Amino acid sequence: MSLAAALGSRRDLGGKCLVPYLTGGFGDWTTMLGAAADAGADAIEVGIPFSDPVMDGPVIQEASSRALAEGTTPASVLDALARIDLGVPLAVMTYVNLVYRFGYERFARTAAASSVAAAILPDLPLEECGEWSEVADAAGVETVMLAAPTASDDRLDRVVARSRGFVYAVGLLGITGERDELASSAKVIAGRARERTELPVLVGVGISTPAQAVEVCEVADGVVIGSVIVRRALETGSPDAVGELVGTFRDALDRG
Amino acid sequence: MGTPGSDGRFGDFGGSFVPETLVPALQELDAAFRGAWSDAAFRAELDDLLSGYAGRPSPLTECHRLGAELGCRLLLKREDLNHTGSHKINNVLGQALLARRMGKRRLVAETGAGQHGVATATAAALMGMDCLVFMGEVDMERQALNVFRMRLLGAQVTPALSGSRTLKDAVNEAMRYWVSAVEDTHYCLGSVMGPHPYPWMVREFHRVIGTETAEQCAALLGSEHPTGRPDLVVACVGGGSNAAGIFSGFAEDDDVELIGVEPAGGAAVGHGIPGIVHGMRSYLVQDEFGQVLEAESISAGLDYPGVGPEHAHLSASGRASYEPVSDQEVVDAFVLLSRTEGIIPALESAHAIAWVARERERLAGRTVVVNLSGRGDKDVAQMMEILGDRL
Repeated sequence: MSLAAALGSRRDLGGKCLVPYLTGGFGDWTTMLGAAADAGADAIEVGIPFSDPVMDGPVIQEASSRALAEGTTPASVLDALARIDLGVPLAVMTYVNLVYRFGYERFARTAAASSVAAAILPDLPLEECGEWSEVADAAGVETVMLAAPTASDDRLDRVVARSRGFVYAVGLLGITGERDELASSAKVIAGRARERTELPVLVGVGISTPAQAVEVCEVADGVVIGSVIVRRALETGSPDAVGELVGTFRDALDRG
Repeated sequence: MGTPGSDGRFGDFGGSFVPETLVPALQELDAAFRGAWSDAAFRAELDDLLSGYAGRPSPLTECHRLGAELGCRLLLKREDLNHTGSHKINNVLGQALLARRMGKRRLVAETGAGQHGVATATAAALMGMDCLVFMGEVDMERQALNVFRMRLLGAQVTPALSGSRTLKDAVNEAMRYWVSAVEDTHYCLGSVMGPHPYPWMVREFHRVIGTETAEQCAALLGSEHPTGRPDLVVACVGGGSNAAGIFSGFAEDDDVELIGVEPAGGAAVGHGIPGIVHGMRSYLVQDEFGQVLEAESISAGLDYPGVGPEHAHLSASGRASYEPVSDQEVVDAFVLLSRTEGIIPALESAHAIAWVARERERLAGRTVVVNLSGRGDKDVAQMMEILGDRL
């Protein structure tokens, strides 16, 4: 199933979309993905670890380092994803050099053959994404674009028009990581993106608690939850603990 | 070495591969730099600072004793004599003026050996701006003197604790910081690398090195040398800013050979594998999967796995050659220049001297300009440990 279809149907039924993020390739990660799906994720974002993740804070950096130390490669993550069926669509998130080295076209075809619905490449902005987007579209891989608070209205129009699957609204000026309070920029960018697109608009970066998720979903169609889940995975190594945390977000969003 | 378009390309290299949050800031910077660089008042203010504050023009020194020993005519462009001890001041004075013109009140920078950090802290002090410098934890240990110098100048120095804890990680931390503070902070990038417009803008701020050298060569060589130009121009390359600066004075002269000297342990051009990191497509030392590898060099300032995209283009097009030297050759060159000319070079600059010393046979009778990009004071403690009783 495509990301757009899965998230769109949740929204059309009046619900809010929940997309947890987990770094691929450390510990019992595929079981953790299953636990997240069972706990009510609408889709899952899987990080392919990179040596120099400039959009990521310390927690995801640590998970990436651990995964790389375990010998994780782009191919090993895609191979593992090809062998599991979680019943929800998967998006891979990584940095462009790994995809460039793999070969844009080969990566897109391999991802599609591995049942990966979508790709998120945070260091491949609008001006540079043409070559990749073309082969991704052809292979049936949805390229999710990021909408940042710094974008002008004109730029935002072009970003949402190029996005597939959903629009990833960046909740604050900064990198991934937990924050005590929801940034005031989060609802603003969600609103600005929503009035421009039929695609679901999900807010990520800096959404750390179920209460913050509920608050931002007053405007947004859903949330991407990363560092708090990865931290739980790092600290416990337990798929059950990860599933339980995802469940608290699911319950909060369903109660509204 | 001309002006790139808004896509920031040098042939197949360059571009702007950055998080979406930073794109508008980079576009604003591109527009601001184009405006400033064509504004006579901005140029005049920068020229005044370069002469009245940084001490330009820097001399071109003829090395009679070392030249005689090596069998060539050897000229050194003395960027080591600039205020703060290296060429880095040219770029930071330009960027600090530009940041002020853009209404930014804080400079953030990465540094390897500490020379760019010291230069940025100096410019920030001069202009009354806040300054935050990221430096790899490993580099902070090997360049403790420069850490103190930056703090003395009022800068905050923050260790980069991730990855290899050297220059590449300091760049990552500076970019992460900039993503969070882009509205009031200018990222004062220290080399001809990163996303557009930095590779072009930083080269333009260092163009003064090449312009002066060409004029000085014409004056010195004009009467006795058919072209008034040297046969070769040699510079060390990490990111490649001092090389880009001096090359820009000779790139149109096809009779002048341009040589970039890379550390053997971080030879991005030498490995020749294209990659995308730190906002640019360029040559990158990386593994088969695209993970960036740690560079290893005796010199913290060249300890970088990438290289500026214009150097990748100059190599691919055949205009410039890039050759590696070993750490041992660098140590020998450090001593050689000190002993023969009374000039203690920065370890970075000693790479260029090391190449000339090694290639003396092919250079016999020719005129060679070396960009002596920095002075060696910062490296004396490290060299004392390496050389110890051998002197």
